[in-house]
Amino acid sequence: MTSLLNKNRPPVFCPGCSHERILHALDKAFEHMGLQGNQIAIVSDIGCSGLFDTFFNTHALHGLHGRALTYAAGLKMARPELNIVVTMGDGGLGIGGAHLLAACRRNLNLTLLILNNFNFGMTGGQFSPTTPCHSSGGSGFLGMMEKPVDVGKVAVAAGASFAARASAYQKDLPALMEQAIRFKGFSIIDIQGICPGRYLKQNKLTPKQIDENLKQLSPLNGPVPENIRPEYSSVYREHAASQEPVNLPEGIEARFRPPQPGRQEVILLGSAGQRILTAGEILGIAGLSAGLNVTQKNDYNVTVLTGPSVSEIILSPEKIDYTGITSPAAVIVLAPEGVARREDLFGNLDHKTLVIQASDVEIPFTRAKIVQADFKGKRIKKTDRALAALRILAGMNRVLSPEMLDAALKERFKEKI
Amino acid sequence: MKLSLLEGNEAMAWGAYHAGCRFFAGYPISPATTIFNTMLRILPPCGGTVLQAEDEISALGCCIGASMGGLKAMTATSGPGLSLCSEQISFAIGSEIPLVIAEVQRLGPSTGSATRGADGDIQFMRWGNSGGMPLIVLAPVDIADCFTLTAEAFNLAEAYRCPVILASNKEIGLTRESIDLKTLRWPKRIDRSPPSGNDPFLPFKSLPGKNVPGFLPIGGNHIVRQTSSTHGAPGYITTDPNEIAAMLERMKQKIEADVDKFTFAEAVIEPKAETMILCYGVTARAAKAVCNTLKAEGKPVSLLILKTLWPVPENFIRQKTEQVTNILVPEMNLGQYVREIERILKHKHIEFLGQMDGRLITPDRIKEVLNDKFAQ
Repeated sequence: MTSLLNKNRPPVFCPGCSHERILHALDKAFEHMGLQGNQIAIVSDIGCSGLFDTFFNTHALHGLHGRALTYAAGLKMARPELNIVVTMGDGGLGIGGAHLLAACRRNLNLTLLILNNFNFGMTGGQFSPTTPCHSSGGSGFLGMMEKPVDVGKVAVAAGASFAARASAYQKDLPALMEQAIRFKGFSIIDIQGICPGRYLKQNKLTPKQIDENLKQLSPLNGPVPENIRPEYSSVYREHAASQEPVNLPEGIEARFRPPQPGRQEVILLGSAGQRILTAGEILGIAGLSAGLNVTQKNDYNVTVLTGPSVSEIILSPEKIDYTGITSPAAVIVLAPEGVARREDLFGNLDHKTLVIQASDVEIPFTRAKIVQADFKGKRIKKTDRALAALRILAGMNRVLSPEMLDAALKERFKEKI
Repeated sequence: MKLSLLEGNEAMAWGAYHAGCRFFAGYPISPATTIFNTMLRILPPCGGTVLQAEDEISALGCCIGASMGGLKAMTATSGPGLSLCSEQISFAIGSEIPLVIAEVQRLGPSTGSATRGADGDIQFMRWGNSGGMPLIVLAPVDIADCFTLTAEAFNLAEAYRCPVILASNKEIGLTRESIDLKTLRWPKRIDRSPPSGNDPFLPFKSLPGKNVPGFLPIGGNHIVRQTSSTHGAPGYITTDPNEIAAMLERMKQKIEADVDKFTFAEAVIEPKAETMILCYGVTARAAKAVCNTLKAEGKPVSLLILKTLWPVPENFIRQKTEQVTNILVPEMNLGQYVREIERILKHKHIEFLGQMDGRLITPDRIKEVLNDKFAQ
């Protein structure tokens, strides 16, 4: 069994820094586990804790402040066999708070060591999420007003399946680290220590006080019974294996002749929830069945079941460049929201355009030929009106033929209509 | 001939898969979400990984981890998400991590309009990283580009070890278009190069005769170091100004000096035309329509569609614009790429047509501006 410490790069922590004790404890844990450097990745971020990766002869990934857990997640999914130890300071805990919560909830097999020394050491002793209110430091009075966070409690609440608090000075720290690394799931140890370079300049903190502080808290020293569950990547792989493989679409053979030659533009003016986009897609597929080039450009708001929904479909034997509609062969009017979105369209239409108008929807004056459709009277549901309008269009043999529509419906719904 | 109807976003997901992408991490955001949805259908059944991250910082962080683990990785987002990706993009540039980011642009600023198109992030893609080092940005025009340029993006990310951004637009990503998949010309797949020779592996030592270092994954037999801090060839922090300067110059050169090798573009040069429309993205479709009309009217104009936007293919642009005196640059923003054209072509008459209202620039509008500005 050999140490994995990098002999060419001895630690550069301040004299008396508890990070150095943690460094040696981690090395002992690796040594006791009999791990080789290439079986471990240390993922670190910014601050004094971010120096950790350089002191070990292991794989290392050092990145931006608070983001270590994000790199670790991707790396673990790519390399499930790798032992990944993430180091973060109490500063990283704050800036990377969302990632900590996500890691606890996800339960990937990672070990997070929080090197908690109650302040931002590198930048001048500013207060961190764990700085006690009574202490002084680089943030002046700002550090006296915010309640410090108990990261162990947060981790348990967020679903960490292994959570522990420890002192950098406790003798069994290597054993606790080993237990965390061997644990199959997300493990976190809040390791409390002393920053002689900054924190001690203005505050008093001793190993004994750390012990006393830890004793005040409800104990957390390993697996969290209520959060025990299977590890993420193993569950992921089970789910993934049960997913049906997908392929690119086969494509549709051109079988029909379009009823009219040349470029045909259709615009559907409806509202969200009316399956406007589906109808547009079906019209597009109908175009494919006649060997036509197709584009379908959609326009809708962020709302899901309310607001306008507009679809512009172009079918053309020539290549389609501009995807907007300029002179529609047909305008399908299904809801006032869609009409309001394109009010200016109607004045420019002439008799060559066919308007299929739901009889309960008003439209501005137009010279286009209008066909009224009494969907309401015929008790056609709102969700089916766009498709019913396509049926009317096909029935008139305009833009698409009944055969083209049938082929498209069959293709889109795979017989399940 | 068999035609299929797909969204640009779906095509990008398939392009990524075809290029060997086996890791995707994303965060739901309009109008990019259907790339995530499609990747979720494609990757898990074939042994790949899809993660839904807690935010876009994490999405790209996960991609960085997976890429360093040896996988080809991608995220997809829109402007607000790209803003969050910024720090990780800087990391991927400075630490030479291959990645692809599909940005389906929406109307900004800020949260803007989630379901309306724009090309408002063109300069942001280039300069939205700390340190200002170069990366590669490709801009698709249509469904075929969404397939093949995505595959090219992966190839470039691997070959140059850098992030590559695909500058899509809601009007490309969420537009469905027909395509005969048999006619697609897929580029030959490129994978990141391993280190050469028997010397001890140094993660940032260039391959012989190249500006790109050989790659070994974190988690393999050899110990690999990766760091976002200023580093020398061994991947440890360096403070030596000469070493720092040489490394950054190499990283600039590896991308900018090679742009002629990966300049994707379409040019229709009309022999007698004095005027050209120079454009990119979905606006190129309106420009094509204008060029066809004007040609039919006997007043042809030339057309240059750039698909490699960054680094700016300066030689190529100079060469293709040699014979024209007037250039119109239409963009779905208030003036971004036109700055590059003005910078390169100081002695040409350059006019700009900008529109930022969630609608496409129409062929009629382009024609009108051509007439106004250049007295056709």
